[in-house]
Amino acid sequence: MATKSLKKQNKELANTERQLEILSNGIFGSDELPTFAKKIKETNQFPLRPKKLEVLQLNLGYMCNQVCEHCHVDAGPDRKEIMTKETMIQCLEVIENTKATTLDLTGGAPEMNPNFRWFVEEASKAGIKDFIVRSNLTIIRANKKYYDLPDFFKKHNIHVVSSMPHWTRGKTDKQRGDGVFDKSIKALQELNAVGYGLPGSPLKLDLVYNPSGAFLPSDQVSMEKDFKKALLEDFGIQFHSLFSITNLPIARFLDYLIASENYEDYMYQLVEVYNPTAVENVMCTNTISVSWDGWLYDCDFNQMLGLKVASKVKHISDYNEEVLNNREIMISQHCYGCTAGAGSSCQGTVA
Amino acid sequence: MADNTYYDPKDLRKFGNITEWSEELGTKFFDYYGKVFEEGALTAREKSLIALAVSHVVKCPYCIDAYTKDGLQRGVTKEEMMEAVHVGAAIESGATLVHGVQMMNKYNKLSM
Repeated sequence: MATKSLKKQNKELANTERQLEILSNGIFGSDELPTFAKKIKETNQFPLRPKKLEVLQLNLGYMCNQVCEHCHVDAGPDRKEIMTKETMIQCLEVIENTKATTLDLTGGAPEMNPNFRWFVEEASKAGIKDFIVRSNLTIIRANKKYYDLPDFFKKHNIHVVSSMPHWTRGKTDKQRGDGVFDKSIKALQELNAVGYGLPGSPLKLDLVYNPSGAFLPSDQVSMEKDFKKALLEDFGIQFHSLFSITNLPIARFLDYLIASENYEDYMYQLVEVYNPTAVENVMCTNTISVSWDGWLYDCDFNQMLGLKVASKVKHISDYNEEVLNNREIMISQHCYGCTAGAGSSCQGTVA
Repeated sequence: MADNTYYDPKDLRKFGNITEWSEELGTKFFDYYGKVFEEGALTAREKSLIALAVSHVVKCPYCIDAYTKDGLQRGVTKEEMMEAVHVGAAIESGATLVHGVQMMNKYNKLSM
């Protein structure tokens, strides 16, 4: 289990250009497998263009209390990239005027941003329909100052979306670190205790499942059934929906795929189960992702690859939804991750 | 790899190619195969575990790779997988041992 980010370790793959090079060469450079652009051209879906903007996703920083092996953000305690209050103020102006119906805060652990609570309080005033915080759960138990987060979330009617790779301790800890499972269980019980995740409760608690290894997630509905049964029977925990997310071959997961000699097989598998129907609803078609320093991206994955939006408007300080909606979406071979099988997005399957 | 071995893991990706040399039979086989693994009286998960056990009994390295990955995708735990392998092994060793009765019968018949 790694304890430092790729960046801190000065690993080759901390360099986003190197990641893009790997994704463009090898099996894709030699035409052994078709590039994503070539694949979507087959069904006249190139270039990929945005539809109606629905989700504004803000990355409040790459700092995290965990160092998960699959993390596409390469987040960890050693990452110092944190959204400043000045950038948050620029985001608030956008939030007040956006047509998006979902505001999605992510990280790292967004709660570790020192201005997180102030920002949530301010942003909730805009009355956006669905206000999501992506919480890794263990942060709630990481330090006394976070113990009241369930109540804070409840006060602002936050929709909590949390990661949980498996309902067994072994698999969870292997992917996310020792002790993560027990802390996550405790945090889920505390969220349940204030009303989150209970049947019929307006306090939404959803879980995110992503595979702990070089394989794809299976059917979201049957996984949800298995998760619900196991968590309820073993720990009395309830939640609303399970989103199943495919690991995209970037950052730490790409590093893992290469080191474990699974990269080629994994890419073959992604291409093999490519689903053109999923392309219709990939999240980059309804999302704008904002980085900690205010740059704009088609999605969180493009953000981590340094692929800024192909638009005149590239920064939150110049934000203009109309201009942004006229862009072409930046793609590379990692996009196969979102179009595999039933598709994958921050909201789960899309096809 | 694979130049001097009978099995190459990459050949599993080419399994579908068998249809090229006999389209009708190949297509019929894959249709049948797909149908067998659909959710039915048994769940797809149960079928995956049966397939994993049989893969070991018929000692098919391609099948073992395929159904280990399939199990992981379905959230099957390693304990469940190993128990399935033992079920296959128990039947296989039982099948050997039950022939011991034949040996005993023959022994008794030939002996005074």
